Amino acid sequence: MAEQHTDNKHDDNTHDQTTRRDFLKLAWGAAGLLVLGEGALVAYKFFAPKVVAGEFGGVFTIGLLDDFPPGSVTPVTAGRFYLVRLADGGLLALYRKCTHLGCAVPWDQAEGKFICPCHASAFEPDGDVLNPPAPRPLDRFAITVVDGEINVDTGTAIQRDHANQSDIVYPSAEVSS
Amino acid sequence: MSTLDPRPDALPERVIDSIQRDDLPLADDRSRMKFVLNNMILHIHPAKVAKPALKFTYTWGLGGLAILLVMILVFTGVMLMFVYTPTPESAYADMLRLKTEIQFGSLIRNLHHWSGNLLLVTAVLHMLRVFYTGGFRPPREFNWVLGLILLLLVVGANFTGYLLPWDQLAYWAVTVGTSLLDYIPVLGPAVSRLILGGPEVSGATLTNFYGLHVAIIPLTMFFLISFHIWRVRKDTLTLPRNLDEPRPDRVEKVTTIPHLVSIELVFALVMLALIIVWASWIDAPLEEAANPDHSPNPAKAAWYFMGLQELLLHFHPVFGAIVIPGLALVGLATLPYLRFDTDAEGIWFRSRSGRRAAAIGALTALVFTPVLVLLDEYVVDLPSLLPSLPTIISNGWVPLAGLLLMLLVYYQALRFVFRVSACEARQSLFTLLAVSFAVLTVIGVVFRGEGMALMWPWEVL
Repeated sequence: MAEQHTDNKHDDNTHDQTTRRDFLKLAWGAAGLLVLGEGALVAYKFFAPKVVAGEFGGVFTIGLLDDFPPGSVTPVTAGRFYLVRLADGGLLALYRKCTHLGCAVPWDQAEGKFICPCHASAFEPDGDVLNPPAPRPLDRFAITVVDGEINVDTGTAIQRDHANQSDIVYPSAEVSS
Repeated sequence: MSTLDPRPDALPERVIDSIQRDDLPLADDRSRMKFVLNNMILHIHPAKVAKPALKFTYTWGLGGLAILLVMILVFTGVMLMFVYTPTPESAYADMLRLKTEIQFGSLIRNLHHWSGNLLLVTAVLHMLRVFYTGGFRPPREFNWVLGLILLLLVVGANFTGYLLPWDQLAYWAVTVGTSLLDYIPVLGPAVSRLILGGPEVSGATLTNFYGLHVAIIPLTMFFLISFHIWRVRKDTLTLPRNLDEPRPDRVEKVTTIPHLVSIELVFALVMLALIIVWASWIDAPLEEAANPDHSPNPAKAAWYFMGLQELLLHFHPVFGAIVIPGLALVGLATLPYLRFDTDAEGIWFRSRSGRRAAAIGALTALVFTPVLVLLDEYVVDLPSLLPSLPTIISNGWVPLAGLLLMLLVYYQALRFVFRVSACEARQSLFTLLAVSFAVLTVIGVVFRGEGMALMWPWEVL
């Protein structure tokens, strides 16, 4: 008991010694923090979004290359993207979500560009920004062509600061590789 | 024996006494005060209040009105929970059922909708009232901050509730609103994905928003409102004063029952009647069912976000959505902790020169906000003037720095040309910014039409 009393006053004399009381305080505090951390992790994992296979977020097999003539833009509604076949035969899968505030951007066939109804952003067929406020080109999805069949992976929307030539998939190169 | 069973024959009275300990009716002031202290609901009130603080044209009953609206929202909200399923398949059908099949369905939905909107307006007016009568000064600093958090929760409650009808208005307003999150550096996209339950607004979003709207936000609000009112009691009410009137030495105090409670009840009844008349007359809006494939033109956010959406049309999104609102919130939270050089608690607009300075602020905002909007819309195009810079600088840092510089000049001019005190200059600046935000909101709601182009209100409709 006498020892405990001196422990209480350890602030006055000893600083380099960790008392049993200090250690226990620290241990309880750490245990409390650990519980909070575990709770936060469990809650995060519990609420984290789940991707359902076969729905948006999965891989779409949308048909043969020949179904999409050069110079065409075809909406794939279930996959929420446009399959763009550029005039030179290159392929792009563009996410239809406007990079400004998320509206669904329709393709305007007469104007030959994507025009967002919400804030009048406009995009080239390859997704590049023609008209702000959109801060970057339309996001794209990865395309693979296997035996002339086009697969689009909607799992990750690939963001880009500028439309690059390397974003475009050329089916012949794809087949040969 | 007698201590164990003092009144063997009086069981009914003992049951009543065990619930209600004070003798009713209340005979004198002492018992009235005791009743307030012993009553679980009333004890958030003081037992006695200063008589001048009861003046209606001082508080306008705005805090009380907010409580009334919260109560209406809880009652009608719980009722709506019984007839609503938060899934994309049934949510909109339930709205139609409320309008066509369920008796008084429209009335309850209208009451909930309008009370929610009115709560936001009331909370803002309450905040303005507290600000302009100096009610946020020490010792009430923290209650101002609590009020600010409550205001954000009210916005959150309105926003999450906005999605639940699952019509076009709901779907696209929430799409636009949550897309703002994507612009928060580093964390934004992850947070947006978490609350949306995926990359876009979907069934998962509806589930999340429903949980937030009916459980998490109301529960948090319940505790914070209790805390807020209890703090009002602890910090005491501010007393209204006329211009140049000194602080009173002695204040007459009256018992809360009946002086405060009767005002509260009568005011609540009158407001309840007005809200019911309104909700019987005017239907809450409902458009066609949500269609994720087709954005309406224009796609507008909820009206209370239109000021922000207007900012977004002029600034790079990081600035319009994050930096400027963030600065405004930090500024509001910091206000009560600044140094005060004017004794103005309880005086509307601080003083004679304070009133003049506030009016200058309001007028400046009324003139300059539309002018700046028009200039940016039709004349100045910063990104093409500064083509070598990324838009985050040319349309973000540059105009923000310009605006801050103008505000600084304005503040210094008030201080050293018009010779007003720091408190009065801050009040004028606050007025300028508040009126600017109101003007931006009006422009966004009334003057923005197809493609978010500027047009006259009759062309918008």
